[in-house]
Amino acid sequence: MELKEIQRLEGHTDRVWSLAWNPATGHAGVPLVFASCSGDKTVRIWEQNLSSRLWECKTVLEETHIRTVRSCAWSPSGKLLATASFDATTAIWENVGGDFECVSTLEGHENEVKSVCWNASGNLLATCSRDKSVWIWEVQPGNEFECVSVLQGHTQDVKMVKWHPTEDILFSCSYDNSVKVWADEGDSDDWQCVQTLGEPNNGHTSTVWALSFNPGGDKMVTCSDDLTLKVWETESIGMQSGGGFAPWRHLCTLSGYHGRTIFSVHWSGEGIFASGAADDAIRLFVEDTESQAGGPLYKLLLKKEKAHDMDVNSVQWSPGEKPLLASASDDGTIKVWELVS
Amino acid sequence: MVSGLINANPIIYQKKERRLRTAPSLPHDEYSVEPIDQQEDPEHPYSLEELKVITEDAIEVDDRHSYVRVTFTPTVEHCSMATVIGLCLRVKLMRSLPSRYKVDIRVAPGSHATEAAVNKQLNDKERVAAALENPNLLDMVGECLAPTYD
Repeated sequence: MELKEIQRLEGHTDRVWSLAWNPATGHAGVPLVFASCSGDKTVRIWEQNLSSRLWECKTVLEETHIRTVRSCAWSPSGKLLATASFDATTAIWENVGGDFECVSTLEGHENEVKSVCWNASGNLLATCSRDKSVWIWEVQPGNEFECVSVLQGHTQDVKMVKWHPTEDILFSCSYDNSVKVWADEGDSDDWQCVQTLGEPNNGHTSTVWALSFNPGGDKMVTCSDDLTLKVWETESIGMQSGGGFAPWRHLCTLSGYHGRTIFSVHWSGEGIFASGAADDAIRLFVEDTESQAGGPLYKLLLKKEKAHDMDVNSVQWSPGEKPLLASASDDGTIKVWELVS
Repeated sequence: MVSGLINANPIIYQKKERRLRTAPSLPHDEYSVEPIDQQEDPEHPYSLEELKVITEDAIEVDDRHSYVRVTFTPTVEHCSMATVIGLCLRVKLMRSLPSRYKVDIRVAPGSHATEAAVNKQLNDKERVAAALENPNLLDMVGECLAPTYD
């Protein structure tokens, strides 16, 4: 197996923090599209040319955010793009025939917004900030967004928010070393922290930077400044019929693979998870079917040294039948990779 | 006299005679780590070297592995300037070193009351990036670094 570089994309003039594939692309003849965001305060939209297979920048979204754009996320329909910025706002962009128009600006966080995520049905949006809070926004008709809950609980910056792939359960990870699980236990926007995955239950011992779910939604992987990846599992997805919450438990810890902070982890539809780290490398992990009882259940498939000239901030698998991997780096470039055997 | 300074009367040390460094192995590596000890303390008109916040021995350079570690010693263990000093050190190194270098910055073990918290913040690149977009902090960093560009 080899991770083969298809293309190196230049255009951003500062570090690229994050990227997001448009989930409505890559099948039925629709060319793959992704968005990238950067310390240069812009967002770039990249599209694959169906004949040349090469990527080109279709448009640059600028002059809206006045500071770093830290993360971006497509709505499930691929029609809306949300961008979170250090300028304390989240912008919502509507894709009208390839032109992107900023249709809403979400204000309320006290300082840097670090991450944004849509839920599976596209009617809820979550944001998180250095102000330690997580906000849940409800999508109203006419591109209006109403904040329905402000979740306090983390004691430090919240680095990332991620919705469960099928359930309305929200996960947040933080500089306070923990992952928190949030669910609406009533029916009146009564969002509560239902579980904290921290040091006492085999959690991370330093900043948790990111998390990602397996295709089935019953496992997740988290990555941290403590140089480990951790895999967690739950018995049943979501809320049980009795109204109780099925807790997540620690499955295994992958240590000894990374020498510097792991910023990004992403699980593919094929069950391979990729990590991007401050050692400029990309690593791929797969389930280890021959593992001994009590041993790690995942093994390193391959390590791509010097994937970039500087830190790898984000790794994301594309939608579609044969997923491609895209990576974003402090070196200002994005690379698209193909896994070939 | 009432003073607003955290450490009003720091001990001042002699500047050390500069040791000659051997020529680095890589051709484009004309940069050096030395400029940071000329840096000014945010609170005093002295350089970090004169205050023994930074010493030459506390700067570890592994050129082959493109790695630098700086260990600095705040003048008092409750120094609230520690994160600013660390930020200045990082910015100076970011601007002076080739981008292939990985830089870790920390306070000397036992030298600060909130050592772990200071170290964590100084090495969180997202926090560093956000701090450097703050005009007030950027001005302060600029003032501290000004003497190093003489």
